[in-house]
Amino acid sequence: MAHIALPEELPGISAGFAFRPETAKPMRELAHILLHDAHTLTAGERELIATFVSSQNDCYFCQTSHGAAAAAHLGSDELVKQVKTDFQNAAVTPKMKALLAIAGKVQRGGKQVTAEDVAQARQKGASDLEIHDTVLIAAAFCMFNRYVDGLGTWQPREQAMYDDMGKQLAAHGYLRPSR
Amino acid sequence: MPHIALPEGLPGIRSAMAFRPETAKPLNLLVETLLCGPHTLSPGERELIATYVSYLNDCYYCQTIHGAIAAAHLNGDEDLVKRVKADFAHAQISDKLKALLVIAAKVQKGGKHVQAEDVALAREKGASDLEIHDAVLIAAAFCMYNRYVDGLDTIQPRDEAMYRERGQHVAREGYVQVSKTYLPAEAATR
Repeated sequence: MAHIALPEELPGISAGFAFRPETAKPMRELAHILLHDAHTLTAGERELIATFVSSQNDCYFCQTSHGAAAAAHLGSDELVKQVKTDFQNAAVTPKMKALLAIAGKVQRGGKQVTAEDVAQARQKGASDLEIHDTVLIAAAFCMFNRYVDGLGTWQPREQAMYDDMGKQLAAHGYLRPSR
Repeated sequence: MPHIALPEGLPGIRSAMAFRPETAKPLNLLVETLLCGPHTLSPGERELIATYVSYLNDCYYCQTIHGAIAAAHLNGDEDLVKRVKADFAHAQISDKLKALLVIAAKVQKGGKHVQAEDVALAREKGASDLEIHDAVLIAAAFCMYNRYVDGLDTIQPRDEAMYRERGQHVAREGYVQVSKTYLPAEAATR
């Protein structure tokens, strides 16, 4: 049961958003800009960063819904699994591997990111904007994950629901409720 | 030196926000809603939660500026801010705020650390569901802001007077209004 009286039948962050629409608005907008708006990183790549960080934070709802969104963009569940378990050997670009390394550092704490991590990403072709957005996506998911788990939200174990949500998110983004 | 080419002459999160005004807008709106919007917790109490979480995350810029904003809201009581950071259980704050700070500290470690007993204690001390929700979200949000500020290695001047003055400014004007002084004009008015 959730820690507070959240609207029933809404899973994960949707329940927090429905409980407090005033804070939902900027949180949705932030996710939409970071993950869905036009960018030099594909939406699939950005969803992989969000999924990886959510997996490091052990947030079931976020890693499963964003994993489904990533899979919808990329057409592959397998790649999402690889990135979560061992991104260094996953079929992603060397630039993405360097950005995932930075995201993994941010998840542990901002000060963990070193000049060498950033130099490596730049050497693999990452721009300042791509590095910035990787840091902010990782930071933002340290918020979203804590919000979802900190309220004790309902997180169904029902893959079909997440697959459906992932398709909706991949198609329409984050400004409106996905279910 | 910051990890990427951030606009010069701006400290901490302001340099990152000026670099990327598109994300600055929701980031400022979120902090404004959480810390300045109408609420049963006073702005000073909410700034204390933000300061405490930033302290736990060891973010110098955030704990110092939010500590200064908190003090500005609390009649300039910088001592109280220091006591909350060092040992909130013995600080001159309400039992309800102490219980909310316990929850905030759990969220800082990870969302799953929050226990039903933590929430029950807060409720027993008079916290409403909205207050518990916002304590969780303030703590979660500062786990983002702190990582953003340190993860880009922003410039964080060791200049207490600067933070004190800016703290008074933000306490008076709010985050969105102050952002107009450092964001590109077009982004600030959108």
